[in-house]
Amino acid sequence: MANDGNGGAYLRVRNLTKKFGEFTALKNVSLDVEEGEFVCFLGPSGCGKTTLLRAIAGLDIQTMGTVEQAGRDISNLPPNERDFGIVFQSYALFPNLTVMRNVAYGLENRKMPKADIAARVSELLDLVSLHDQADKYPSQLSGGQQQRVALARALATSPGLLLLDEPLSALDAKVRVHLRHEIKELQEKIGITTIMVTHDQEEALAMADRIVVMNHGVIEQVGSPEEIYADPASPFVADFIGTTNFVDGEVRADGQVSVAGVAIDCGAALDGLNPGDMVTVCIRPEDVQVSTEGGGAGIPVTITDVEFLGSFHRCHVVPVNGAGQTFGKDIDFMIDLSAGRARDLGIREGMAVQAALPPEFVRIYRPVGGA
Amino acid sequence: MSDAALAAPRVKAKVSSEDWIMRAVLVGIALYLTVSILLPLYAILSKSFKNADGVFVGLANYVNFFSTPALFWSIQNSLTVTLICCVIVVTLAFIYAYALTRTCIPFKSLFKGVALLPILMPSLLPAIALVYLFGNQGIIKDWLFGHEIYGPIGIVMGECFYVFPHVLTIMLIAMANSDARLYEASDVLGASRIKTFFTVTLPSVRYGVVSAFFVCFTLVITDFGVPKVVGGKYNVLATDIYKQVVGRQDFEMGAVVSMVLLLPAVFAFAADRLVQRRQVALLSARAVPYQPKKNTAVDTGMLIFCCLIGLIMVSILGMACFASFAKFWPYDLSLSLKHYNFDLMDGGSWDAYWNSIELAAWTAVIGTAMVFTGAYLVEKSKGFHSGRAAMQLLCMIPMAVPGLVLGLAYVFFFNAPGNPLGFIYHTMPILVICTVTHFYTVSHLTAATALKQLDGEFESVSQSLKVPFYKTFFRITVPVCMPAILDISMYLFVNAMTTVSAVVFLYSPDTALASVAILNMDDAGDVAPAAAMGMMIVGTAAAVRLVHAGLTRGILSRTQAWRKR
Repeated sequence: MANDGNGGAYLRVRNLTKKFGEFTALKNVSLDVEEGEFVCFLGPSGCGKTTLLRAIAGLDIQTMGTVEQAGRDISNLPPNERDFGIVFQSYALFPNLTVMRNVAYGLENRKMPKADIAARVSELLDLVSLHDQADKYPSQLSGGQQQRVALARALATSPGLLLLDEPLSALDAKVRVHLRHEIKELQEKIGITTIMVTHDQEEALAMADRIVVMNHGVIEQVGSPEEIYADPASPFVADFIGTTNFVDGEVRADGQVSVAGVAIDCGAALDGLNPGDMVTVCIRPEDVQVSTEGGGAGIPVTITDVEFLGSFHRCHVVPVNGAGQTFGKDIDFMIDLSAGRARDLGIREGMAVQAALPPEFVRIYRPVGGA
Repeated sequence: MSDAALAAPRVKAKVSSEDWIMRAVLVGIALYLTVSILLPLYAILSKSFKNADGVFVGLANYVNFFSTPALFWSIQNSLTVTLICCVIVVTLAFIYAYALTRTCIPFKSLFKGVALLPILMPSLLPAIALVYLFGNQGIIKDWLFGHEIYGPIGIVMGECFYVFPHVLTIMLIAMANSDARLYEASDVLGASRIKTFFTVTLPSVRYGVVSAFFVCFTLVITDFGVPKVVGGKYNVLATDIYKQVVGRQDFEMGAVVSMVLLLPAVFAFAADRLVQRRQVALLSARAVPYQPKKNTAVDTGMLIFCCLIGLIMVSILGMACFASFAKFWPYDLSLSLKHYNFDLMDGGSWDAYWNSIELAAWTAVIGTAMVFTGAYLVEKSKGFHSGRAAMQLLCMIPMAVPGLVLGLAYVFFFNAPGNPLGFIYHTMPILVICTVTHFYTVSHLTAATALKQLDGEFESVSQSLKVPFYKTFFRITVPVCMPAILDISMYLFVNAMTTVSAVVFLYSPDTALASVAILNMDDAGDVAPAAAMGMMIVGTAAAVRLVHAGLTRGILSRTQAWRKR
């Protein structure tokens, strides 16, 4: 995950560990962020993503490890000796200052001429389209507007790094979708290196150049949204990003995997595994191919339930071939079909179909805790 | 994860110059509290183990105290009147608060204001009013059926009046923290009003009741004004300290009695803190405020009750007021201002009044600045956990120390030969220091509560913008907390005007105070002028409260326009 050989990264995090008493929030985390990149820290709550962000900001300095920004070792520096702007989930706007004074707050301390400050504030307010709100107080603005004021304030002093701590999670769903486009556009326009913490995978997929998936204080995977989605490095990532079917499989002597009694071709994914090994077979619901001709390729299944989810249907299925074959204990196997495809096939509950698992979409993991 | 990485050196965060400034100020305030409360307490403690010549005598003074029945009985007397007061006041305040929050009686804000009247006066004043009402020449002395006001009856009556507003305030807060959803649930389940009272109302305010009990206990057992005026021959611990020190010049015995008085006060304080910690967890953020429903029988009963209590409050203040204007009680009741001519009286002067104003002003200004800065540093500075924890503890100590004990401790500490701070003894500064310290805890808690409501990331944002913390403190923290800051300064001002207990040992002829003048004039038999001086304090405190209300409203509407949507 860490490209140690590369000395050109803008932000270099090395072997970062953070302990709160007995609890270890970050375990030996290393990461590079390139200049101008938009990186998302994604993970469930308590995974250490905010801890990592606060360590980079110097707000809660790590127990061990180093942080370098633009070639400068900032590992032990207080926040005011670092170079970043930050937007918090609460925005932390100063309630007794107008929008204009909030944005100017960092500039007024730099002995800039008044006219320059006014020009810069005006430019920033244009950038976030809040020019007409300049004289209002934060409490008179909507959540989305407050968020943009916080963004403008963080950008005012032209920092080298922008840190966003769950900046959208306090907003309504619609505003959130709208603002994530705006933030991404703004970031591309100024080209500022940006790190955003989020627990919302959709947000991360839509905004990030690269996603850092974290769990239990370690980085599970770093990659572009496409890589993370199409080629998750671990069952955790596969499960956390999007929806994935996990089914039990057994490696056969002929190099195939037996799933619910049916042999599946898995190609090179089985390197290093021996016949008889138990594995976890993963496939996304939309990658399962369904046909109605009996006897075709795939596993014969019966549809037990169909959920209508707008643009697609989600079918829950169980294997039909005899001898009590299952996908595994308590496993709910799902197949997503577009509305059109479902219509063509005449999908309904109780129907028997063939579910094929195309080798290019199947991934094999050793079971968690297994050999 | 390699072992080499785990063995990596710990990162030692660089302490910025701003952090050093914050720590230095914090240590400065902690040092102030050490000098103004810890060291004096040590001085009085060690004094209680020494004889008049300063030789260590172990427990001899304590043995002497417990083997002298006249002294020893004071413990029982103190506990008796205190417990009686607690039962009476907590019960009455509970009903009064219930009427104000859970019924539909009219004039609620009037009743609330009337009940808070005693806060404006030194406890000496209601006692003086009781003398006019029930004393040997009292207008309704027959109501006591031949009993004398001087003694336990007078003490209990006076104390009940004096502590009522403090207990009521706690009760009102406890009652306000009610969740309407519980009442609806009880209603839907078909519970009667009485059953709802015992299953919902009482459990939800039980911590408030316990807390009120302890506060009442502490206030009564440590109060000195009421028993001084109407105690007669009935000795209690608070008057014993005064008598030992001022009357008999027996400082060692004064120290012993102080230690004996400190014990129950510390115990009640600790118990109250424990209870309050549990109260917090009781309220959920989703609670819905309770809206009382009309109930003619209950409302009428409550209205009569509130009128009675209100009448008592007003008549005691009214009696004191009238007595201060009556020419020659009880023979010539025509009105005159002659009792306000303090300069002619033995033990009083107009200088004393102006000294009080000066003391109150200094206390309000210096105290507010120090308390708010201290609370800010405890709440908002980073790192330095041991220092902040120690400061937090120091801030709590003054509340547990009765005023008389504090005042006497100052005598021992600042008047000790060789103390480099001895030069402030018998000056205005020592009165200011003593008063600020005496009322530090409540002010600190008010400031801490206000600061806790601010977004915790203001400081982080300013740091990222490279704005020094003190600029954010003055531009953001102080303006946003202005209502709380005004509350603290008013609290300090009014208390500095009314307090007697701590300063009674510390004033000098040049720094005589209005509240002490009441005591001395009453001692000298000039009871009407004493009442007049009391009315001056009441009037001043009331005026300050009005100014405070006006200022708060003005500031809210002008500089705090952001509060409006």
